[in-house]
Parts: sequence; structure tokens; C-alpha cells
Amino acid sequence: MAKYQCPDCGYVYDEQQGDPHEGFPAGTPWSAVPDGWACPDCAVRDKEDFIVVEESGPAA
Amino acid sequence: MVEQVGDAFPGIGADAAEYVDKKKYLWMLSVLWPAVPVIGLYLVSATGWGIWYGLLLIAWYIAVPLLDAVFGQDRSNPPESRIETLEASHYYRLLPYLTVPVHYATTIICAWWVATHNMNALEFLALALSVGVVNGLAINTGHELGHKQRKFDRWMAKLVLAVVGYGHFFVEHNKGHHRDVATPLDPATSHLGESIYAFSTREIPGAARRAWKLEEERLARSGHSVWSLRNEIIQPMILTVILYTALTAAFGPLALLFLLVQMVYGWWQLTSANYIEHYGLLRQKLPNGRYERQQPRHSWNANHIASNLILFHLQRHSDHHAHPTRSYQSLRDFPDLPSLPTGYPGMFFSALVPPLFRALMDRKALAWADGDLGKLQIHPSMLKYYQRKFGKKAA
Repeated sequence: MAKYQCPDCGYVYDEQQGDPHEGFPAGTPWSAVPDGWACPDCAVRDKEDFIVVEESGPAA
Repeated sequence: MVEQVGDAFPGIGADAAEYVDKKKYLWMLSVLWPAVPVIGLYLVSATGWGIWYGLLLIAWYIAVPLLDAVFGQDRSNPPESRIETLEASHYYRLLPYLTVPVHYATTIICAWWVATHNMNALEFLALALSVGVVNGLAINTGHELGHKQRKFDRWMAKLVLAVVGYGHFFVEHNKGHHRDVATPLDPATSHLGESIYAFSTREIPGAARRAWKLEEERLARSGHSVWSLRNEIIQPMILTVILYTALTAAFGPLALLFLLVQMVYGWWQLTSANYIEHYGLLRQKLPNGRYERQQPRHSWNANHIASNLILFHLQRHSDHHAHPTRSYQSLRDFPDLPSLPTGYPGMFFSALVPPLFRALMDRKALAWADGDLGKLQIHPSMLKYYQRKFGKKAA
């Protein structure tokens, strides 16, 4: 399970927790998040801009 | 930590050790401002003069622009090393919360007043437009709170937006406008030569449609219908219906008429803000098909201190759009930003007179684009006019 961070506001998408408010239940892998999905906090960065901040377990 | 786009410029004259926020206590003006119509009512009852119904309008359209001219610009920035402390301060966080009940109190008191006092039509209109202006700024308070991540802040945002029946702003602004700003995709970015009247017919329905679509997409991902209480447009809308129904039941049809007039004029304030905030500006499309990132230069900025103090720094719009989660107390000025000639109150007024607005803004927009009309968003019917006026410079 990896974590991805918005490079502008610092929002973190944690695969383990998902983001239920955004419609991604706990355990939703990053690959299942649609392309072009905007950061839910600042919306000025998209999925493509996010950076891996923590990689653990099997390759994400 | 996170990247700092547009942060090549350090705070102007900022020294972290000696830094004192001179505006700290002046921000309370943003909390008091929505109470001005009620102060007007007090003056009406104290003096018997109907002109005080328009106190807020006089202050907004005449006094604040004059104060902007007199006090001018404040270009001071907090030093970067102090941002974390500023963002964590309970004092700054408290002020937008306190503004929420002020909007409710003003709305309820004025609805009660119109139903129980003898007023002529002009006085009624003056009061309704006054409350419209301050409740337009309820959208500003909702804006400040709606950019925060805390659940409490987000509920406060919905609560204050409900006063003026503009709950969908909560969804539309962050995920719609911020994302698409200064591109042809954004109905809330005005085009060079587009009058505010034409803009409003594009912006008001366009923003509502985009908000609904965004909510539909979000809810569909978790298998919910858009017609659900989870819908964050429906939630504040229910609050609005409850508030307006209760006030109509309590005070009668005049109160309802008052509520509708202030609501429409409240929406107009937001339309005015959107109209002036990105007029003509355009982000370039990159070879990969995406638009260049939202930078401070993609918003018109205003450092005018008087109007900023009643607007929670909304006019420091350039930094806000580049870094939307920054709180009002932390917003910065940068050198070489596209800048409005006066604060929002004066700009809102000039927008009502399209030739005046164009005279103030068009040359500034052209200078921003280095004289290249191709780098601006131009209202189609005005393209030929601008080509004649400014020439057709090759890109």
C-alpha cells in the first residue's frame, strides 16, 4: 500500500484508507483512481502531478 | 515538504524575527461589516431619516473606494517562516466562524424590519440591496471556509452559503473554477470585451451545471444517486428552504420579497467578483494537451488595504489561486502581478458601466499579454474591434 501526495497543498492519498468522501473506499489502489482526478483539497493539481511519498509492500 | 510555485520572491521587507502582523486586529472589520445594514436600521430609528437604509450602499460604493484611494496599497507579506504559526492560530480561524452568525442575524433582523415597519419602495429596495451586498460577502466567508479541510469549517461554509441560497458554490468553486480558471472551460472566467451582463448569463447557469455534474460524478463513484442527502449541493439548499420558509411564515410575504431581492443581489456580487478576477486572462495549452499550471499571474490582484480588510483578503487573489488552501492571513503579494486599479467595491461599480470598465482594464490586459491578443480570452463579437484597436501582433 503506497501513499501519494499533492505537490501543492500536501494532501495525501493513502491507498490503505482511500478517500470515502471522494468515492474511493479503503483499499482502493492508486491505479483505480481515474486520470485527471483533481486533488480534493486544492484542485490545482491532478492525479498526474502527485508524487509517491511512501511505498511499502508489493509494488504499487 | 511541498513545492512552492511562484515563491521565488521573498516577502517584501519581511524579517521573521521582527514580524508583527499589523492587520491582526483589523481583520475584525470583516466580521463587523455584515452588520452594517443593522447599524443603518439603528440610525433610522434614532434619527427618523430614511437615507440610513442605504448606509451600507453608501459605504460600499462610495466610502470604501475613497478609503482605497486614500490608504492605497498594502504590499507587506508575512515571512515564510511564520506561515505555519499564522495558519495554526486560533484567533485567525475564529474570525470567519464569527462572521457566520452575523450574516444570519442581519438577514433575520432586516426581514423582520421590512415586515413590521412603514417603508416606501425606495427604502425597501435600499435595505434589500444592502443586505444583498453583505450576503454576497457571505459567499466570501463561505469561500474562505470552504477551502479548508476540517469538517467543521466545511459545514460552516455550507451554513453561511445557505443564507444567500448559493450552496452549490461549495462544490463549484473548488473543484470547478479553481481547476479550470483562465481557460475556455471555465464559465466563471470573463473574456476581454464581454460585459458583466453577458457574462452573468454564461456564468450563473454554467457554474450551477458544473457543480451538479461534479457532485454527480463524485457520488456515482461510491454508487450513490445524485438525488441523495449526501449531495453537498442539496444539503445547503435544504438549509436555505428552511430559513426562507421560516422567515416567510413568521413575517409574511414582504419578508419573502425582501429575501428574494437580497438573494439575487447577493448572487450578483459573486458574479461581479468572478467577472473582475480573471478578466481576459488565459492559461496556455501545453503540448501534452493540459493547460499550464495556475500561477499568480492568472488572477487580477488588488492590495488595497481598506477593501481587503472587509473582505478577508479576497483581493489577494493571485496567491489564492496559485495556493488555494492558504488562509486569508497568509496570502502574499508578488512583484509584477496583473493588478486592478482599485479594490473590489470600486471595480464592481465600474463593471456596471461596460465602456468604463473596458477603459480601465483593456490596456492592462493587453500589457499582461505583451501586446499579443492571441494570449487573451476575447469575447467573439469583440475580436474585430480589438484587432482594429490594438493591431494584430504576430505571436
